[in-house]
Amino acid sequence: MSDPSEATGPTEATGATESTESPEENGTAGAAGAAGAGDGASGRRVRVVLVDDHRMFRTGVQAEIGRTEETGVEVVGEAADVDQAVTVITATRPEVVLLDVHLPGGGGVEVLRRCAGLMGDAEQPVRFLALSVSDAAEDVIGVIRGGARGYVTKTITGTDLVDSIFRVQEGDAVFSPRLAGFVLDAFASTDAPPVDEDLDRLTQREREVLRLIARGYAYKEIARQLYISVKTVESHVSAVLRKLQLSNRHELTRWATARRLV
Amino acid sequence: MPEAAAAPLVEPRPPRKLYRSSDGRWLGGVARGLAGHLGLPVVWVRLVFVGLFMADGLGALLYAAFWFFVPLGVGGVGDQKPPSLVSTETAPDGRRRLVARKPDKGQIVALLLMVVVAMVFVGNVNLGSGAKAYLLPAVLVGAGVALVWRQADNARRARWVAAGRRRRTLTLLRAVGGVLLVTAGVSGIFVLQGSAAHLGSVLQAALAVLVGITLLAGPYLVRMTQDLSEERLMRIRAQERAEVAAHVHDSVLHTLTLIQRNAENASEVRRLARAQERDLRTWLYKPEGTGKDEEDEPATVADAVRRNAAEVEDKHGVPIEVVVVGDCPLDERVGAQMQAAREAMVNAAKYGGEGGAVQVYAEVEGRTVFVSVRDRGPGFDLDAIPADRMGVRESIIGRMERNGGTARLRAVPGGGTEVELEMERVENTS
Repeated sequence: MSDPSEATGPTEATGATESTESPEENGTAGAAGAAGAGDGASGRRVRVVLVDDHRMFRTGVQAEIGRTEETGVEVVGEAADVDQAVTVITATRPEVVLLDVHLPGGGGVEVLRRCAGLMGDAEQPVRFLALSVSDAAEDVIGVIRGGARGYVTKTITGTDLVDSIFRVQEGDAVFSPRLAGFVLDAFASTDAPPVDEDLDRLTQREREVLRLIARGYAYKEIARQLYISVKTVESHVSAVLRKLQLSNRHELTRWATARRLV
Repeated sequence: MPEAAAAPLVEPRPPRKLYRSSDGRWLGGVARGLAGHLGLPVVWVRLVFVGLFMADGLGALLYAAFWFFVPLGVGGVGDQKPPSLVSTETAPDGRRRLVARKPDKGQIVALLLMVVVAMVFVGNVNLGSGAKAYLLPAVLVGAGVALVWRQADNARRARWVAAGRRRRTLTLLRAVGGVLLVTAGVSGIFVLQGSAAHLGSVLQAALAVLVGITLLAGPYLVRMTQDLSEERLMRIRAQERAEVAAHVHDSVLHTLTLIQRNAENASEVRRLARAQERDLRTWLYKPEGTGKDEEDEPATVADAVRRNAAEVEDKHGVPIEVVVVGDCPLDERVGAQMQAAREAMVNAAKYGGEGGAVQVYAEVEGRTVFVSVRDRGPGFDLDAIPADRMGVRESIIGRMERNGGTARLRAVPGGGTEVELEMERVENTS
């Protein structure tokens, strides 16, 4: 259970002036983490809120990524249901929210809906990374269409999770292989003519990038494989994410129920 | 008599209850049910009933009472047995399917005895002529009621035994027969009382009353039956869910026990956890009622890839992540490709498993089926494989090429090995 009143106001997470580190990972809202002492390994910092209804899982994630001076991740709040999440996120204004898909009170999608204003904030947008045990396509596609910048499964390693958090913080998208597979499936060539050519089709390049993600390649490896820069890979993925969120292809909402049998 | 619940729940067996047997019964299943309950041969019970029948028809009364009050046997409440397992337990001839209801010897003997006894009974009844006049109608009424009851039993049983096995005409005939018999009996009594003159008007009045009641109670009755069937559906669903939950809980408990036992053996623990997770996902995201995956051959690419990955994962203890895009039915070419893919997975798990999970990607696009298997192990050089180790060359590359596909093995920049298998599907599989 978190106590948002403990949290500091929004600060730039470049490690300027903050209080002392709370060392123990005890499933409560970390008071604002320290900065004076240390920075993340590479000097980057990010303020994160954990939203998950399983306290054990929150504790685990906190233990894995919450050691601020090593990882640069600072957990500034936690929440166990939709209402709490909205309260904590509004109060602490984190840069990234790790959001469980299945939550009491309407699920991750509901949190996204009620935080839409914060997501679009020009000054300091709150970005969401969905985290789930679910493999169900409608869950995955649902949170992405709700505005999450990425989707990873809970089996992800701590290191990868930290990387994903920073990637989301920078405004990039994070696709797990499974999500890439879903997207490829959802945008698969159908007979239905696209309503909006720009949104309803993936370009050849985007398709290639997604395929490599689905095959387990890291962005760096994809870049090397396609002879493009990592930045270009990221922009392709972001473009796909945008299409995924904005396209009105009915397949996107219905595709899971009617798997295309070629 | 039901067995204990089929679901492997840790709970005491339900108390033994008396049921009438729905299998191999001749009349109401009372004798068989009792025999099962008491653990006696069914012939004995039948003989006892026949003997009692001689005693002023006491047997008939007893039988009727049992018939009326004892429910027809299936699993008790909460007993989740598939209907085909509805057994008569200790019946001497064991379980028999309803379709093949051959009358056994005991039944034939009992039938003959019944006939004989009935003859004797009718012949020996020393009643006044007045009472005798009532006997036949009464017997008729009894027969009619029995017919209709037996009918109700069948209707009840049809819910557990796959419906539609009995022809509807038979059902209808039975009902009509029962009603006719009862009507004949009742009219007989009326006529005997000399009220034949009033019979017409009595029947008319009765009919009017019946129609009135139908009109009044009709809507309620319809709604009630609808509610009932809805409730029944809900109950069946709930039972299914309970069954699923029971199965899942049981296997989770087992897995947790095994994990505690093998706590020192990290790879075993990982393997157990993975297998359980996969099981659970199959249950959660593929609601197919039973959930018992039949050991039949996979029919589509997605199925085959997932199944192979699961088996290799279990065998070698290396997690395999599977992503499938599109799907298509298997043909012989694609089947060969699936075998090659499995071989590639085995190799990846064996030689590249230290680098973490193996990533498998399968895609069906138009007529092309593409599978890639990628590990993050040390990588290996095809040319450096000793000639006696023909595994990869034969089972992957050779197999693909013999079937008109292509296989590529390559070291991935960034570590690990990737096997790419591409195959064109056989024509005319639209």
